Amino acid sequence: MSETTPTDAGRDLTRMTAVQMADAMAAGETTSEELVQAHLDRIERLNPALNAFLLVDADGALATAREVDAARAAGEDLPRLAGVPVAVKDIACTQGLTTTAGSRMLEHFVPPYDATIVTRLREARMPILGKTNMDEFAMGSSTEHSAFGPTRNPWDLERIPGGSGGGSSAAVAGFLAPLAIGSDTGGSIRQPAAVTGTVGVKPTYGGVSRYGVIALASSLDQIGPCARTVADAALLHEVLGGHDPMDSTSIDAPVPPVVESVAGASAEDGSLAGLKVGVVKEIGGEGFQPGVQQRFDEALEELRALGAEIVEVSCPHFTHAMAAYYLILPSEASSNLARYDAMRYGRRTTPEDSPSAEQVMAASRDDAFGDEVKRRIILGTYALSSGYYDAYYGQAQKVRTLIARDLEAAFGQADVLVSPTAPTTAFRIGDKLDDPMAMYLNDIATIPANLAGIPGMSIPSGLAPEDGLPVGIQLLAPAMEDQRLYAVGAALEARLARAQGGPVVDRLPEVPTTAPEVPGARHTPGTAGTHTEEVRA
Amino acid sequence: MNAATRATAGTAPTVPYEELLTRYEPVVGLEVHVELSTATKMFCGCATGFGAEPNTQTCPVCLGMPGALPVVNATAVESAVRIGLALNCRIAEWCRFARKNYFYPDMPKNFQTSQYDEPIAFDGWVDVEVPANEAGGEAFTFRVEIERAHMEEDTGKSTHVGGTTGRIHGADYSVVDYNRAGIPLIEIVTRPITGAGERAPEVARAYVSTLRDLMRALDVSDVRMEQGSMRCDANVSLMPTGSTTLGMRTETKNVNSLRSVERAVRYEMTRHAAVLDAGQAILQETRHWHEDTGITTSGRPKSDADDYRYFPEPDLVPVAPSREDVERLRATLPENPAERRRRLQDAWGFTDLEMRDVVNAGAVEVIEETVAAGASPAAARKWWTGVLARRANTDGVAVTELGVTPAHVAELDGLVTSGRLNDSMARQVLDGVVAGEGAPAQVADARGLELVQDDGALQAAVDKVVAANPDVAEKIRGGKVQAVGALIGQVMKQMRGQADAAKARELILTTLGVEG
Repeated sequence: MSETTPTDAGRDLTRMTAVQMADAMAAGETTSEELVQAHLDRIERLNPALNAFLLVDADGALATAREVDAARAAGEDLPRLAGVPVAVKDIACTQGLTTTAGSRMLEHFVPPYDATIVTRLREARMPILGKTNMDEFAMGSSTEHSAFGPTRNPWDLERIPGGSGGGSSAAVAGFLAPLAIGSDTGGSIRQPAAVTGTVGVKPTYGGVSRYGVIALASSLDQIGPCARTVADAALLHEVLGGHDPMDSTSIDAPVPPVVESVAGASAEDGSLAGLKVGVVKEIGGEGFQPGVQQRFDEALEELRALGAEIVEVSCPHFTHAMAAYYLILPSEASSNLARYDAMRYGRRTTPEDSPSAEQVMAASRDDAFGDEVKRRIILGTYALSSGYYDAYYGQAQKVRTLIARDLEAAFGQADVLVSPTAPTTAFRIGDKLDDPMAMYLNDIATIPANLAGIPGMSIPSGLAPEDGLPVGIQLLAPAMEDQRLYAVGAALEARLARAQGGPVVDRLPEVPTTAPEVPGARHTPGTAGTHTEEVRA
Repeated sequence: MNAATRATAGTAPTVPYEELLTRYEPVVGLEVHVELSTATKMFCGCATGFGAEPNTQTCPVCLGMPGALPVVNATAVESAVRIGLALNCRIAEWCRFARKNYFYPDMPKNFQTSQYDEPIAFDGWVDVEVPANEAGGEAFTFRVEIERAHMEEDTGKSTHVGGTTGRIHGADYSVVDYNRAGIPLIEIVTRPITGAGERAPEVARAYVSTLRDLMRALDVSDVRMEQGSMRCDANVSLMPTGSTTLGMRTETKNVNSLRSVERAVRYEMTRHAAVLDAGQAILQETRHWHEDTGITTSGRPKSDADDYRYFPEPDLVPVAPSREDVERLRATLPENPAERRRRLQDAWGFTDLEMRDVVNAGAVEVIEETVAAGASPAAARKWWTGVLARRANTDGVAVTELGVTPAHVAELDGLVTSGRLNDSMARQVLDGVVAGEGAPAQVADARGLELVQDDGALQAAVDKVVAANPDVAEKIRGGKVQAVGALIGQVMKQMRGQADAAKARELILTTLGVEG
């Protein structure tokens, strides 16, 4: 089967933006079924090489598409994104569809319920193409920690697509889906967006419901849109956002007017006049790839041309953000992941010689969790231990408060803050697997937003001259001011496209259908002297 | 710990109670868990009814499914505040839940959502009335200080099948019912209770009894110790007389009746004394109370090494009851049960013993309502603490759950005092009411129960019985009036019970020409 399903004059439906797809359906130029089928075809052709999807629900997606087409034909009033296909990170529970969180522990777990955001996708009548790959329980910056093999970057199959949401970013960048859902605990939406040349948004903490999304670190996790354009991200953001009584930390306020902000954006000189853009002194410089820095500096020039005033701001406590993050995250994760004990669901490993319940739990966790998960559970268990709590978790919470104060002060001087999203372009698969610290440093620019609960966005700022790979620029705004990101992001996106002769995603090279040999995910299969079974709820 | 050691522990030496008191001063601390009778669970919308089919009152939240999140039950928070106020506690202006992390199959998330260093209520007290005892000890009032009352969720209920101990070790397999997982609990913790001396076990019992009355008056819990909706853990330690340094304590679990609270504390005191007398140290541990044998056995060692890795629950927002809400809830507090009891006892003219039976039967409210409906206090007490209390006990329900209302009892009393029913007929009528046959008058009509008012029929029966028993009649005529009882019995038999015994006596005596 061909890669594309042309409806008229060889048009490739998968190359359209979500906005174009919605418009084309509204104009009767295509149908949701055609759109879904085009994406399913491309997934079938490219997913074996990319490993972006862990599960493809062709039947479900097509059924939704046909319902939408029928409703449209009947003249029904439909939501804006009705019929536009979407991919969901495998961290969100989908009723009846296996949800693994990238872990062997949940390899066959079929949730009995939908996450609130999945319900909202269904209410928006968006066909769900499938579930995307991720680092196990979202722990990682490369998707190499998936129990089901790494996802590859469509820009270069030997490179990582970022993480933990590398499946979603690769799917969007590779035109396997126009939109995808991500979750961002320390950069898992923004960093993958940066290294794949796509747009990723982490909304204000509490802006999108976490109910039904498998928790990594409850006080840091936030769900958000992955897209190829800021306008597409805004539409998906409004579908996902809004109060949910099932999530106590969900904000009881209207969704920020992000679509409206995009509509008002312009690439013309002076369109951002009066806007103050703060450059965080502490993010950048040493450890940042020259091409990343160069594209960032060029983006600042474009912001100036748009009329923005660039000011330098200082967030002195950002230097401790990484340390605080790697205490708070493992602490919460060690507790959140305690429920995976193979008693009520999940993969059970039973040691020989009539073991106790405790021994079954221990063996199952030892067998099914990967090394990175174990590393963080051990870290978190230690940090919360009696006698260490104050020195670790307690201190980390204080740093968190200081970082929030830094940002508050910075937002007193600037309307939005900017930095490179990630220090480097996509690194090679396997390069950082043996050096967790080097892996963690990828998130140095993205972590502060999670610690402070503020919204952040990454948009492409071009390709790095030295390796031709995508670079991202990060925008940050105060809590509940997500619309500022969209207003500035859309203007800058348009300006950069004009300066660079088109959007970054359009320069994606042909994606090979077979992948080169690379080191696989680190996962130790079953231990001798045991047997495993699936526990069904 | 293996079975052999446990057996040894089971027959631990003890020191006679009176003797130990010459050398040691007991210190008791009580932790009472009260299951709230809210319609839904602490953090989800599941029902909370007792006795449902296992695992039918569950959802992703209380089963700890991946991705599920808790939401606080506002009614449970209100109950917690009311309990705190009734215990004269301060109410936190801002407090958080915390996660208590440990692995156990009956805890779906492998952490219990509880409160740690920020309880909703703290620094309170409650006055406890300790009744007179058989050894001649007088009744007295003792103030128990409350350290804290905090909110948490219950765990599931494990049943260990096979093995000999009924515990997880040695069991063939275990089953878990998660209906109980997530039921709201309030844990009420006392400060160490000192200075009660030999009456310490009685104080402990009276304290739990006082809490039970308070919870009933607040209408926040069923407080059925036998069903586990109120559970008590008793911490006991001894310190040498004159010392102010607390001794090593043990925590006795599974103390599930008022009587057991007193017995368990007393037993632990005698066991501790023997260990200390032998120059040994008390092992800090949990102990299991055995109702049947009246002893405790070693559970698991408990030490400061127990590390629950508490940290603030990030999935929940802080609870911050406004001062206005607290005052609004304070206005809903019922009259203090002890004061109320004194007031009612005076009004009803009951003895202390009679009042205690009423309280133990949980019948204060229904008697109050029955009296209000027109019955005499004595009659109301007789029915509610007598036949109805026994019936409730047999059925394992509260006396209020028999389907008999105060209005029924008042009506029944009316039928007796008006002379329509005698005592045994009234009991039959009550059976009918319990069986759902309707109100007392309806049951009496349907069952044809009515004292025969026709003196002619009664006189005929009397004449027949007198004629048939000339010897007895002669004795009575000769002055042995007490012999009339035998004839009354025969007359009642003739009348098939449907006669007024007093009237029968009167007629017999008149017939024989004897003055009653």
